[in-house]
Amino acid sequence: MPFYVSPEQVMKDKGDYARKRIAQIRSGVVMTCDAGILCVAPNLYRALRKFSELYDRIAFAAVGRYNEFESLRKAGVRYADMTGFQYDRRDVTARGLADWYAQLLGALFTDSPKPYEVELVVAEVGASPDLDEIYRIIFDGSVAEEHGFVVMGGPADKVASVLKERYSPTMSLTEAMRLAMAALAGQGDGSGTEPLTSTQLEVALLERARPHRAFRRITGARLEALLADAGGAAAAVPADGTEPAAGTEPAAGTGAGGATDSSSANGSGSANGSGGGTDSGTPGDAAGS
Amino acid sequence: MSGFEPESRWQASAFLAAGPSSFADFLTTTAPHLLPPSRHAGDLAHAGHAGSPPDIPHGTTIIAAVCDGGVVMAGDRRATSGNMISQRDIEKVFRCDEFTAAGIAGAAGIAIDMVRLFGVELEHYEKLEGRMLSLEGKANRLAGLVRANLGAAMQGLIAVPLLAGYDEETSKGRIFSFDPTGGKYEEQGFFSIGSGSVFARGSLKKLYRDGMSAQDVIMVLMEGLYDAADDDSATGGPDMARRIFPIVATVTADGFERLTDDDAGRYAAAVVSERMRHPDGPPAPLRPPAS
Repeated sequence: MPFYVSPEQVMKDKGDYARKRIAQIRSGVVMTCDAGILCVAPNLYRALRKFSELYDRIAFAAVGRYNEFESLRKAGVRYADMTGFQYDRRDVTARGLADWYAQLLGALFTDSPKPYEVELVVAEVGASPDLDEIYRIIFDGSVAEEHGFVVMGGPADKVASVLKERYSPTMSLTEAMRLAMAALAGQGDGSGTEPLTSTQLEVALLERARPHRAFRRITGARLEALLADAGGAAAAVPADGTEPAAGTEPAAGTGAGGATDSSSANGSGSANGSGGGTDSGTPGDAAGS
Repeated sequence: MSGFEPESRWQASAFLAAGPSSFADFLTTTAPHLLPPSRHAGDLAHAGHAGSPPDIPHGTTIIAAVCDGGVVMAGDRRATSGNMISQRDIEKVFRCDEFTAAGIAGAAGIAIDMVRLFGVELEHYEKLEGRMLSLEGKANRLAGLVRANLGAAMQGLIAVPLLAGYDEETSKGRIFSFDPTGGKYEEQGFFSIGSGSVFARGSLKKLYRDGMSAQDVIMVLMEGLYDAADDDSATGGPDMARRIFPIVATVTADGFERLTDDDAGRYAAAVVSERMRHPDGPPAPLRPPAS
């Protein structure tokens, strides 16, 4: 026979579940700089993206369960294209999309037995850094407007504290990249001292000066060059003082089969050289239901 | 998904479902009212205009030719409703995505909407799938959109595009034409559509050569449009007084680029001043057989 569970308890359990899962994954960073809006996150897979284009000047960034945020991304593309087709291209805005996502996630949180284990950012690049818009939407549909930068998932407070200290909206792309790397290195998962390499990173830029569609992935040689520029001076400002607190970040293979963002969590494990054979979490795992 | 209706007619579940990568197909299932009416079978049959379509604006001449490393497309600026000029500066050459341009002829309202839907379709696929459609794929998709207008076409509202694209696989420009039933035909070298197309094509036959540079092809297309306007009343020539010039777009490895009005004006002025001396255009050399 069914047991009675109070609504308070149901919501609390769902919230705790989602919060816990999102805290276990590795953080991603979205930040404004003079070149545009830079997105950086650890990601071993080139096919399973965390950052993508929603519309002309608007990007989607997410961490969490791949299959869940991927379906949200596609839904957003459909909503944006439909709105732009019905009205005009300039009538698709980050604010409108963030609001739509907030309603969507809010309804999903209330109605579905299991909440979505995702954290989203919708960012729109403006004519100048002070006109950039960044919205963060979490699993229960709460939406917040962020200024300058935002950290998604993982030990967000820890990563954000590095950013808060050194961030300035007039940073160049190289400076922003350097800061993002320093912030991400301080996640305290044991790999903090090893800087992430280009094959372990996903980097994208909403390029302010680019006409039409501003979203651009930074990969291959361009990413190497950007990392080299950023890394050169990063050595002068080592990301210490953010010594890993081992207890807070269970790296590889935590939880039920690494379902939550197992790609990047395991990726950090492999960088550490621990358990080479088991750490590589196939794309299927990450995308699996 | 109870309780969530961002717009009462847009159900969230439709957006979240693992659906098609085609925007037009998504609209068909989710918001069919946003699609052109000819997609709803029978709608136009009830409009009561069978056999005598109203005098609505029609686009006229579009020409395209392959150049070295890409393709160039040009269109005149006139729209006519019956014997009246309904617009003298209409734009009939569009950027569909980074590597394709489309020009339109026929019922302008239907054709412009078709090309707009096509542009969203290409971008939608690219965003959902993470890769661009092949040029063949784009042409096939456009053929499908043209076929969807067959009902209206049968009642006189014919709208056909001309597609010019840069093929990244072969690093060459390619041209596709379409018929109202959705037939897709790849053209070699150059092609034209619209009421002045026969005159433009005759002109291009004499002036176009394989492997021409983009600049030379632009010049050839300007001559072709001048000849079309010369003999077809529905095609507009360069309007030097109002400074309205044909729209010219190149599509190469560097992407779609539309000539500025000033640049197009320079090519048009060159053609016009040459025609002051030779009103019928550059004379072709004639070599009689040696006797």
